[in-house]
Amino acid sequence: MGVIHVTDRAGQRHTLDAIEGWRVMEIIRDWGLPIEGLCGGACECATCHVFVAEEWMDKLFPPTEEEEDQLDTVVTKPSSRLSCQILWTPELDGLEVTLAPTGA
Amino acid sequence: MTDHIETDVVIIGAGPVGLFAVFELGLLDIKCHLIDILPKVGGQCAELYPEKPIYDIPGFPMVTGQGLVDNLMAQVEPFNPTFHLNEMVESLESIGTPEAPLFRVKTSENGTTFVCKSVIIAAGGGSFQPKKPPIDNIEAYEGTSVFYAVRKMEMFRNKKVLIVGGGDSALDWTVNLQPIAKRLTLLHRRDAFRAAPHTVEKMRSLVAAGDMDLHLGQVSALKGDNHVLEGAVIRKDDGSEHLVDCDVMLPFFGLTMKLGPIAEWGLNLHENLIPVDTEKFETNVPGIFAIGDINTYPGKLKLILSGFHEGALAAQKVHRYVYPEKKLLFQYTTSSTSLQKKLGVAA
Repeated sequence: MGVIHVTDRAGQRHTLDAIEGWRVMEIIRDWGLPIEGLCGGACECATCHVFVAEEWMDKLFPPTEEEEDQLDTVVTKPSSRLSCQILWTPELDGLEVTLAPTGA
Repeated sequence: MTDHIETDVVIIGAGPVGLFAVFELGLLDIKCHLIDILPKVGGQCAELYPEKPIYDIPGFPMVTGQGLVDNLMAQVEPFNPTFHLNEMVESLESIGTPEAPLFRVKTSENGTTFVCKSVIIAAGGGSFQPKKPPIDNIEAYEGTSVFYAVRKMEMFRNKKVLIVGGGDSALDWTVNLQPIAKRLTLLHRRDAFRAAPHTVEKMRSLVAAGDMDLHLGQVSALKGDNHVLEGAVIRKDDGSEHLVDCDVMLPFFGLTMKLGPIAEWGLNLHENLIPVDTEKFETNVPGIFAIGDINTYPGKLKLILSGFHEGALAAQKVHRYVYPEKKLLFQYTTSSTSLQKKLGVAA
């Protein structure tokens, strides 16, 4: 097993135990951090938007066209990803993400 | 004069769970009206994932979101429910007693008033509303310079309009408002658009002819005093920023779900969900029920199939409010001639 590091919207960094085969969104949600994940991981809502630390960007599978379409519905940075589309594997031990702000 | 409707039950939300409640109520001779903020029935199934396959609906190895909604519509057809689409329930007021509940329900858009004996809230994650981008101070401009929908095109005549987004709404309004705007700018995060190809092509030709501007990037700040927008700071992927001159900004970032007015109806809430019992799925207010994703109870699973079960049980209690004198006989659709008559399939 391993961990992921998640910085919440107040700037606090949390280290969470990760589970292989879980989506990063599910890990964050399971630990009770405020991530909405409205559509339940179907890549249909962009409410699990995170910023991935630069050094991790290349280690992830690139976003699908479907994920890009959803990212169109939020204010992104180059490091934007939907955490429901990142499947956690041991290669992602130590993954560093920041919860993106939510609109009103 | 606003419409006034008397009925047995008002169902708030016409998603799969609200639709199936119509069926369960119908079998018990209970009439209902459904209200939904979307212009179509089906809720999340129809709005968020119409094409996505669902694999955990009992009896359907695979059905799409829209397919499920279509089947449910066919299933409730014998009961002739009335739909009030494009309307949001604004207020829910108790005008009866705990023993004989009666409610007054009002919608916002054209102000329909309903008087009913029970209310079933099947509102899923709440009401669908335009997604507001997290830009500092954007609220200060809402309604004066920032709009999430176009109600009257004339409002934008001779204005410097900034449209943000890359979907159908953004592209449609780009080509529709370009002829009347003083100058139109479209801003999107990348040079790819998920809109109808001919609309994208039309936009590209307007850009090529110099009749409008296309920028790639994100709005990072808004400029202007006293709720009047003067410009938007655009940040590109490389971190560089520049100012776009505009009077009006129209962000089209799709829809999200918000609890909305439900929070003001005197119901107990727990983290934006409505606690219910698991016998009747009734809230803390007798006569108001909550079924589907919007409710919570120990062991709750947010599955469509749970919502179906919850609707069936809620209907049993609703029957006691609607027909206090009648004894409810439990029957099966396979064997009951009376149920089959209601379904229009009796031999």
